[in-house]
Amino acid sequence: MSSYSQAHKNTRAWPWWMSGALALLIIIVFTLLPVLAMLKEAGSIGWQTLVDSAYLRRVITFSLKQAALSTALSLLLALPMALALAHKPRFVARTLIVNLFSLSLVIPTIVAIYGIVAVFGRTGWLNELLSALSLPTISIYGLTGILIAHVFFNMPLASRILLINLEGIPAQNWRLAKQMGMSPVSVFRFIEWPAIKSQLPSLALLIFTLCFTSFAIVLTLGGGPRATTIEVAIYQALRFDFDIKLAVALGGVQLGICMLLMMLSTFSTHNHALNFSTFSVIKTSAQSKYDHQLMDSIWKGKGWNLLHVVIIALSTLYVLTPLLALLLSAINNKLLPVVTHATTIEAMINTVLVSLASATLSLGLAIGLLNSARHVRIRLKQEQAGQWLQLSGNIILVLPPLVLGTGLFLLLRPFADVFSIALVLVITINSLMALPFILRILEGPVLMSANKQDKLLQSLGIQGFNRWRLIDWPTLRKPIGLSLAIAATLSAGDLTVIALFGSERVRTLPLLLYQRMGSYRLEEAAVTAGLLLVLCLALFSILQRLVGGRKYADT
Amino acid sequence: MLTLKDVDVQLAERQWCFDIELDTHGIYALLGRSGSGKSTLLNIIAGFLKARSGTVKWHEQNLTTLEPAQRPVTTLFQDHNLFSHLSVVQNIGLGISPNLKLNSTQTENLQAVLENVGLAGYEKKSPGSLSGGEQQRVALARCLLRRQPILLLDEPFSALDATTRQEMITLLRRVIEGYKPCVLMVTHDEDDAMALTASIIKMESDRIVKSE
Repeated sequence: MSSYSQAHKNTRAWPWWMSGALALLIIIVFTLLPVLAMLKEAGSIGWQTLVDSAYLRRVITFSLKQAALSTALSLLLALPMALALAHKPRFVARTLIVNLFSLSLVIPTIVAIYGIVAVFGRTGWLNELLSALSLPTISIYGLTGILIAHVFFNMPLASRILLINLEGIPAQNWRLAKQMGMSPVSVFRFIEWPAIKSQLPSLALLIFTLCFTSFAIVLTLGGGPRATTIEVAIYQALRFDFDIKLAVALGGVQLGICMLLMMLSTFSTHNHALNFSTFSVIKTSAQSKYDHQLMDSIWKGKGWNLLHVVIIALSTLYVLTPLLALLLSAINNKLLPVVTHATTIEAMINTVLVSLASATLSLGLAIGLLNSARHVRIRLKQEQAGQWLQLSGNIILVLPPLVLGTGLFLLLRPFADVFSIALVLVITINSLMALPFILRILEGPVLMSANKQDKLLQSLGIQGFNRWRLIDWPTLRKPIGLSLAIAATLSAGDLTVIALFGSERVRTLPLLLYQRMGSYRLEEAAVTAGLLLVLCLALFSILQRLVGGRKYADT
Repeated sequence: MLTLKDVDVQLAERQWCFDIELDTHGIYALLGRSGSGKSTLLNIIAGFLKARSGTVKWHEQNLTTLEPAQRPVTTLFQDHNLFSHLSVVQNIGLGISPNLKLNSTQTENLQAVLENVGLAGYEKKSPGSLSGGEQQRVALARCLLRRQPILLLDEPFSALDATTRQEMITLLRRVIEGYKPCVLMVTHDEDDAMALTASIIKMESDRIVKSE
């Protein structure tokens, strides 16, 4: 036998299932054990009394109602915006606007809430304007505020996803439309609507799920028991009443509804609402100049022009003004004292620590799962089994993070002082919370690069570590950088778990901001919000460039 | 001698039974319509596809259970022969070392095959900057360096224009004369088969018709 064949034999690679099994084991330990601990602690639950409980019914009804309204509003507002942007490929600052819209994926919820209050709140810009015009003012607390905030986050997301679909319409279609003299209405009916129609159910499902499990927005803007979601009710049951029975019961309801939502989205045929392209930078539409002129001539005339400009301007203002208000109010005379205060600095260090640690853990789990899943899907041709393996990473979408947190708390209580290991709990759960996003971002690139050249890889015997070093890392570097950046930013801005375990001793910036907002130290809160925003943007761009590589970051 | 004995394959509700013997230094062209199972046969020999039963043997060595990289086989695909993020040398070097660590003899051999296919001076280029013909020459250089006794060609020229195709065939003939592998080429074009002086094998529905 020749020398090179022996070389293949000598490279001892890990079996393909090892990485997936390891990741799966970690996920199971971090989810199943806490849930069991919760159930044990809760003992028997009188489900009948719970079903009869008016409180529980009100909470469930409100959770579903606000999620449905948020979804409908976000989609209704996103559709005209996406169309306007698609119709105006050469609009001034279009790239800037589209990228501003991707910011909503990065901005910590609690920071955006501060900005939203500064614009829509009792003494905010909008109410000042309304009272100056002697019009009735609006109140942001309760359903109105929740909807305003949910639209702030989800309208841009939906606009981007719809825009990507609209830009995917082949240039020949526009030429045909022009040749056949189609009116704007028929263009919408026969070209644009079919292009986005298939996307809408999965997009709606995604937004509904995000709003249904929304925590920070409802916690801060929801007004008392009339405007409480299940997630917030769990928090209140645990933090204030330490009523584990109620928390488990609420968690059970949440689990049931989320399972249903996840099943719907898993088995809907066009389940690509969230993937690599959703998060990557859109430069300009890829069409040629010629096609731009063509599009201009379909929606010609002052009327269309005005309509497009108004839609784009209003949507942009909706996203931009809260950020602007936040940044303006952050520059006040408390800036220096707050930034240099020991509490702030400590919280900042904790935030960076938590975000980097949970992003790394999350990426490790994702790569472990995908590495095995791609073997199952491509080599073993077991598409279903591979997808199921990947789906295990989405478990946090059905298990409320607060339930997991409490379970871990109960598990660890005998061994350690839980408030001193609060950060460990936060890191663990945040990494699971980021995992579905990372999996969505990495799945496409991992499968694509593997699919194309699988036979070549097999025939050359490139596997295991060699494969990661020579083939996967160079081709996947960019999406890996992006997913690390997203995961780090999500964890840095998360309020859910730290709200439960945070104390005077251990705080992150989001918790500090929440506390300062709660005690109406608004100037200090403004500075903290500004600082957290800057920190998140810095983490995002540094990680994306450092890991993704400079030359990959922009394309 | 490459022997396929009672090799039974089932794929997407279709079934084939391959029973064929190929000479150690023979050159064969495999003709047949798309979907007739030409690629399936190649995949079985290369080990990308596992048969339900039957054996694949090279002389006395049983290949049936071996992984693709352990078989005395090298394949020139129609496309995606190269990793676009690696240079020409790296792409060729992967053919003899899956971790890209080459000793001095291997480096010399690599340089020799590069000159052999007329690509000296292309070492550091990336595949994206090469023409389709040049890319296939890089892939051929890798086959040449691997010097595996069985060379499988899966429509290697169908993406090339007529002139480039002629050049490639000339080059391929030289490569084959150089180390005399057992060649099996899938093609749509009888002219290609003639140019390589190949014996024709026809795939008809589910069986193989061998003619001289």
